[in-house]
Amino acid sequence: MAIRPAGTLYRGKVGMWSWVLHRISGVGIFFFLLVHVLDTALVRVSPEAYNIVIESYKTPVVGLAELGLVGAILFHGLNGLRVIAIDFWSKGTKYQAIMFWIVIAITVLAVAAFTPLHLARVFSH
Amino acid sequence: MANAAAPVIDSFTVTLIIRRFNPEVDSEPKWVDYDVEMYGTDRVLDALHKIKWEQDGSLTFRRSCAHGVCGSDAMRINGRNRLACKTLIKDLDISQPIYVEPIKGLPVEKDLIVDMNPFYQAYKDINPFLIASDKPTKERLQSPEDRARYDDTTKCILCAACTTSCPVFWTDGQYFGPAAIVNAHRFIFDSRDEGAELRIDILNDKEGVWRCRTTFNCTEACPRGIEVTKAIAEVKQAILRGRA
Repeated sequence: MAIRPAGTLYRGKVGMWSWVLHRISGVGIFFFLLVHVLDTALVRVSPEAYNIVIESYKTPVVGLAELGLVGAILFHGLNGLRVIAIDFWSKGTKYQAIMFWIVIAITVLAVAAFTPLHLARVFSH
Repeated sequence: MANAAAPVIDSFTVTLIIRRFNPEVDSEPKWVDYDVEMYGTDRVLDALHKIKWEQDGSLTFRRSCAHGVCGSDAMRINGRNRLACKTLIKDLDISQPIYVEPIKGLPVEKDLIVDMNPFYQAYKDINPFLIASDKPTKERLQSPEDRARYDDTTKCILCAACTTSCPVFWTDGQYFGPAAIVNAHRFIFDSRDEGAELRIDILNDKEGVWRCRTTFNCTEACPRGIEVTKAIAEVKQAILRGRA
């Protein structure tokens, strides 16, 4: 009986999922930076065009996406410190799992603290 | 004697869903399920034997010692690399079927058997033998502290559970992989060995230790409990310092 055509997903633990999240957040941040460099460079071409583009970002959808961006940057940066600790701190490999949960906790707390301030600003105009 | 109350040993029925592939017939691997009656003392290997001996003799898998020493029967059990001979069925969730498939990243030859040659080649490439300049006329002495330095990495049985749990190895077959690095570590940190520089040079490559992304799948998969990711980190450090 054919159950699933492909093999099963490897059931790795937090180490593997932290790596997956690190990749996804890294690619996401890359595309943000790409757009960000392009729109900022536009000011050299035409300040009016720059203003139009920046004005077009002031929508609730972009506002929510900015929350995701803040979360992605926090996670990617903090997890990057965790990866450095794994490679350079002699006890890093022993505490990698607890360090992952600390990274998640700081990310969640910081995003939670930022969300009301940010959304108030987003929905004020 | 016949009426003596023999203690009844509880048995249970468990479903194994095995990923099978016959290169002479199939173009793609397929899942096949089997129901087997097992006991609490049985391991996944016993279930595979029962299927092979009683239900379908064509089921193909490797095993030799069947006691966790030879490293022949590494396979993916419920999504994780394990030795079939060290995995008790009762420790798995037997209310659900048990998925068994070949280890990932090496070419499947038939059913649960993969081509181990790329894996062994990476092992050979790190020169897995003592390199010493003096003639072995007498015992090479070593302090207990020096021996303890690389004790963890002497435990490797070359089952490939670590290397084939590594997401980097799945997509980049050129990567040396955790097992080769573990065995390099075993000699790099051996005070009697003089080949550390050579091994460090081999692993200081884009397909060497720097491919490691510290996912810890290898450490979690190792049936001998070797701290594989830690060993890789120590080799990275040795390369940065230019010496073990």
